[in-house]
Amino acid sequence: MTAASELAAEKAARPSLDWAGSLKDAALASLVAVLLALPLMGLQTYDIGGGALGIRTHFDWVAAAAAAVFAGRLVLRLYRQVRHIRESRGETLFTRLAAWGSRRVLPITIAGIAFAVALPLLPFSSRYLIDLGTTVLIYVMLGWGLNVVVGLAGLLDLGYVAFYAVGAYTFALLARDLGFTFWEALPFSGLVAASFGVVLGFPVLRLRGDYLAIVTLGFGEIIRIVLLNWAPVTGGPNGISDVPRPSFFGLPFARSAPEGVTTFHQFFGLEFSPDQRVIFIYFVILVLALVTNLFTLRLRKLPIGRAWEALREDEIACRALGINPTNVKLSAFGIGAMLGGFAGCFFATRQGFISPESFTFIESATILAIVVLGGMGSQMGVVLAAILLVALPEFGRAFAEFRMLIFGAAMVAIMVWRPHGLLAHREPSLRLAARGEAP
Amino acid sequence: MNAAAEDRTPLLAVEHLTMRFGGLVAVDDLSFTAHPREITAIIGPNGAGKTTVFNCLTGFYRPRAGRLAMYRNGECLLLERIEGFKIVRQAGIARTFQNIRLFAGMTVLENLVVAQHNALMKASVFSLAGLLGLPRYRSAEREAIDHARYWLDKVGLTEVADWTAGTLPYGAQRRLEIARALCTAPALLCLDEPAAGLNPRESAELNELLLAIRTDEGIAVLLIEHDMSVVMEISDHVIVLDYGRKIADGTPTAIRADPNVIKAYLGEDQGEELPETIAADLAIPRSQ
Repeated sequence: MTAASELAAEKAARPSLDWAGSLKDAALASLVAVLLALPLMGLQTYDIGGGALGIRTHFDWVAAAAAAVFAGRLVLRLYRQVRHIRESRGETLFTRLAAWGSRRVLPITIAGIAFAVALPLLPFSSRYLIDLGTTVLIYVMLGWGLNVVVGLAGLLDLGYVAFYAVGAYTFALLARDLGFTFWEALPFSGLVAASFGVVLGFPVLRLRGDYLAIVTLGFGEIIRIVLLNWAPVTGGPNGISDVPRPSFFGLPFARSAPEGVTTFHQFFGLEFSPDQRVIFIYFVILVLALVTNLFTLRLRKLPIGRAWEALREDEIACRALGINPTNVKLSAFGIGAMLGGFAGCFFATRQGFISPESFTFIESATILAIVVLGGMGSQMGVVLAAILLVALPEFGRAFAEFRMLIFGAAMVAIMVWRPHGLLAHREPSLRLAARGEAP
Repeated sequence: MNAAAEDRTPLLAVEHLTMRFGGLVAVDDLSFTAHPREITAIIGPNGAGKTTVFNCLTGFYRPRAGRLAMYRNGECLLLERIEGFKIVRQAGIARTFQNIRLFAGMTVLENLVVAQHNALMKASVFSLAGLLGLPRYRSAEREAIDHARYWLDKVGLTEVADWTAGTLPYGAQRRLEIARALCTAPALLCLDEPAAGLNPRESAELNELLLAIRTDEGIAVLLIEHDMSVVMEISDHVIVLDYGRKIADGTPTAIRADPNVIKAYLGEDQGEELPETIAADLAIPRSQ
């Protein structure tokens, strides 16, 4: 074989764009569009007086429709070919990204944390940006919490916001009636939410999949409606205001303090600025989220975490191996709810005011979307998805009424391209090879 | 030999087991015993109630009547009174499933470590010691991995220990499921059609594995199997079920000649002689 024929063979073997075929296909599609559009758009009846109808022609509309279909079909065909070529080389953007990411988990994590820590100090940062960062981190924390239930244990929970609400109201009530501060109430918020998680867990022990989703959805609504209607305790739709702000080891963030109390800016000899509290709150949620992450990562590598995953994979096999499915499920619900409760407690102190309005189904849906979009069980995926779902819509405020449309389209697109989530890579909880010893 | 068998204490004694689903009697007044260090096979046509017996033994069904006694360390445990998931731990009965039930998304090693959940959970003091990374938990985890490693070597899956279980070839998945059941340190291993879907070479390897489990490890095996070459070659004792009733019970040689068994497999109207293909299946392989 000569070098030239080899080259030709190679060229033939390598897939290239098929322009002629694509143009023909697009022309065919636009012909169909013309046939459909001609009676539907091209001919229009109107009243010419005396109840009679005349016909007006709109061939320009038909031409526009045909052109749009032609262009759309051509782009779609070519895009598919481009993707096919890339796939035949065994690479897509996401597989490369995921492979690169899984090789460099540690540096990416360190870079991410460093960026998060430095965010308030960066030159372009503003109060708005830090507020947005706080919101994203709340969702990241909620996502990591729900990941225990949905991603690891495989229990589809559509009412996760209930535990968030329980945590928030626990703190608000403890503060209002018993004078608890944020740091004193934090463990109680987690505990109360966890016990609600276990309470929810009991009736749904036998349920899975869709049925479980419906019951948890109902549970979320029950909590919200109770909060709305139990006015003497929860304040009903008016909510609870004046929830205390967190203090820095007992130093409040205030312009002036009552007699005998030193404020943060006085103690450190700084000029008073409301930004100090905003930045402090940002760091509080950063620490809470990182602790949540470490906690769930650690649990995943323990027997309890492996039992959650085993339960997700096959409940019957779990029973046959002597694992008590009741305990495993309740622990997943309880721990997931506890993390949601912590986040709720933080939410209450950050807002300073809570009402049932903040705990609607859309919140549950958003948190679940973050977990599913990120890739079930993937910690890094949750961060990525939270930024995508919470921060991007903020930047899209300019589009106003199209915001939800773009948001929905983006979700559909991601689910089409990455049906298992953005980063669906599972790292084994233990390895034989890593122990690096001869048999 | 039969008289000697009667004298020994059985490992498992099933007495008058009856299981009904609505009007259907799946298992009807079934009694049999399984002895330590023996392979007991349960055979019978499809729908004879074999898997139902397994489900009763391993706590997935609660029998309507009868007594399921497991003799372990001089104690008699009544299986029908033990809560389903506790049977593995208390009575030491582990099982596999007819349609393989692995934790497909987890690695081979993780599958085997999950099987040691209860011991590890105790060592991690309900995750507290584990969360803190105390040495006590870490050594327990190392032990669990070593135990898993032991069985991986036995079933020949050490090379693929870090693979995702669902990506293994079919035969390897069967062996992994057996290894996973063995990781629970059972006294009796119940295998539901372990040779189904295996090629002749894999089937022969399985025979060797089961004999090793019986002889080297001293674990009794209760086996449901359609593949007669497996049953006849390795079983010490065969029980034949038909329509939920026991129709024969004895050594493989005795079963092969039993007229009731021939009738159940071939139907009433068939001649006395077995067609050659089935006779060949039932025959004890010469190689033994």
